[in-house]
Amino acid sequence: MSVLLEVRNLRVEFPTRRGTLRALDDVSFSIQAGEVLGVVGESGAGKSLTGASIIGLLEPPGRIAGGEILLAGRRIDNLPDEQMRRVRGREIGAVFQDPLTSLNPLYTVGRQLAETIVTHLDMSWSQARNRAVELLAATGIPAARERIDHYPHQFSGGMRQRVVIALALAAEPKLVVADEPTTALDVSIQAQIIELLKRLCRENGTAVMLITHDMGVIAETADRVAVMYAGRVAEIGPVADVIHHPRHPYTAGLMGSIPTLEGHAERLKQIDGSMPRLNAIPPGCAFNPRCSQRLPRCAHERPELMPAGTSRAACWLHDTGNTLEVAA
Amino acid sequence: MSTPLVEVKDAARWFDVSPPWLERTLARKPKVMLRAVDGVSFDIARGETLALVGESGCGKSTVARMLVGLYGLTRGDIRFDGQPLSRMSEPGGRALRKRLQMIFQDPYASLNPRWRVGRIIAEPMLTHTQMTPDARVARVSDLLRQVGLDPADQGRYPHQFSGGQRQRISIARALAVNPEFLVCDEPTSALDVSVQAQVLNLMKDLQRKLGLTYLFISHNLAVVHHVADRVGVMYLGRMVEVAPRDELFARPRHPYTRMLLEAIPDINGAGKPRTAVAGEVPNPLNPPSGCTFHPRCPHANDRCRAEAPVAMLAGVSIVACHAVQEGRITA
Repeated sequence: MSVLLEVRNLRVEFPTRRGTLRALDDVSFSIQAGEVLGVVGESGAGKSLTGASIIGLLEPPGRIAGGEILLAGRRIDNLPDEQMRRVRGREIGAVFQDPLTSLNPLYTVGRQLAETIVTHLDMSWSQARNRAVELLAATGIPAARERIDHYPHQFSGGMRQRVVIALALAAEPKLVVADEPTTALDVSIQAQIIELLKRLCRENGTAVMLITHDMGVIAETADRVAVMYAGRVAEIGPVADVIHHPRHPYTAGLMGSIPTLEGHAERLKQIDGSMPRLNAIPPGCAFNPRCSQRLPRCAHERPELMPAGTSRAACWLHDTGNTLEVAA
Repeated sequence: MSTPLVEVKDAARWFDVSPPWLERTLARKPKVMLRAVDGVSFDIARGETLALVGESGCGKSTVARMLVGLYGLTRGDIRFDGQPLSRMSEPGGRALRKRLQMIFQDPYASLNPRWRVGRIIAEPMLTHTQMTPDARVARVSDLLRQVGLDPADQGRYPHQFSGGQRQRISIARALAVNPEFLVCDEPTSALDVSVQAQVLNLMKDLQRKLGLTYLFISHNLAVVHHVADRVGVMYLGRMVEVAPRDELFARPRHPYTRMLLEAIPDINGAGKPRTAVAGEVPNPLNPPSGCTFHPRCPHANDRCRAEAPVAMLAGVSIVACHAVQEGRITA
């Protein structure tokens, strides 16, 4: 497998009147062609910002202050807007949380799909329309030939998200960035949408960056998972290892705090405190004030991602020569 | 067993969603009623947690609001400790009102942003008790400590707190007048998982310490599995199954319950084969005939399409399903 997307030392900053906030700090990871990378974390951890930086839709005043993003070996973080517009849609598709706001209410879904196809592929409007019908049918929308002339408000939430997925895949991109694609949907619909995204991407060999706060969705979908905390990657590794053998104390706490359908814990494991605000990220390891296994150096030396089992974790417990284990 | 604390019998709440009178008359259209809750019955024993689950629009929040008297009943009867809830609006009804309190879903919307936390928490005491100002302040400090906040926090405003802390403030406010029964409408769904764990643990501790009874509403089955003693599953305004927690998760009987259980992604379920769930929740303004679940049900037959099933005992569960009652599907 070849590396499709590479993010190196990405730093995103927001200048404010009271100083510059660093929302992403030294974020590095890569996605292989055809791979599903899950990105999890709590609100404010920087998951969505990472996604937005990759598709070039960072909201000002946010700006990329350092690092680089490479898509198939080509730098895309410093492209002029017009060129980035061509990359977005053609090479990177996007699926957002709320399917109602990501569709234009004034155009039929067919028109929106065809527009994307005509913009990015060498097709006429009538060819594009036929392709749009195929795409809608492939996403499981019944009677696609009639539904194509309907407006977004005539679709239910689940059906709208299918349309959005069809839009994201319309130009056959190599990568889809899906930011909380199922959060606005009911559980029974959630399962259908996840299944659909998985199937379509497998069929087309599309890689997916799946951003969500729902570990259950990640467990069932992703190949690898990156856990983010306070704008940094805390741990990254194969999904089963991260869930069952977390190497970072934050990941361990996060996994313990998720209620599951098995076992009967009287109390859930809890991490006391909450994630620091961006203007008060502690020096050293950002997690150290909440960590039960804090070492003296954690308060002033910042750990980089280091090998830990089959994963990589940004935690001094895994420094060479250290013999301590992460408490379960 | 003593009488249950809360008894709900055939409760219904319809909403009139007709177009305005003139428009309706000109178009000769009948009134349109949305049957948000249409004949729901259940009991909650003292000290128990009953959880209600279901997808959006199934009527769980309407049930919650009916239970605290925020919505009146279109039909049926709700009794709290033997007294009909309708007595709440009569003279002297405050004594009853004080015994049930509610915790809302969105901790950003349920606290007045212009009031200091101390005043927010003291408000129920002003309404329901004749405590002196000093006694109120002492009680607020005590409540803040109970929910894991600092008594000094009463001088601060809601925006100075995180989501989890705000939900703790909501809990403190609900506990201010020593209620027996708390209706919790999705209390953790706006929170992150690690904060959710803190709030769920707090709610369990308080229940044990104060002997509280909870009605816990959630769409998250894993959370329900963690907190509930018994679980009620709702679909389109009706209760399709009520069962003890372990029974429901080990032996779901109603086809909708089975479907829900199969649909939830679980962190331990990596790679489990999943039966694709077909269809979506129909429009509640125009619900299907007979059993409202029949268009999505793999076991539906002609009887299901024509006749609404009545809730009946099946083992220790109460299930409203023809297929279960006729023995067409087994556990």
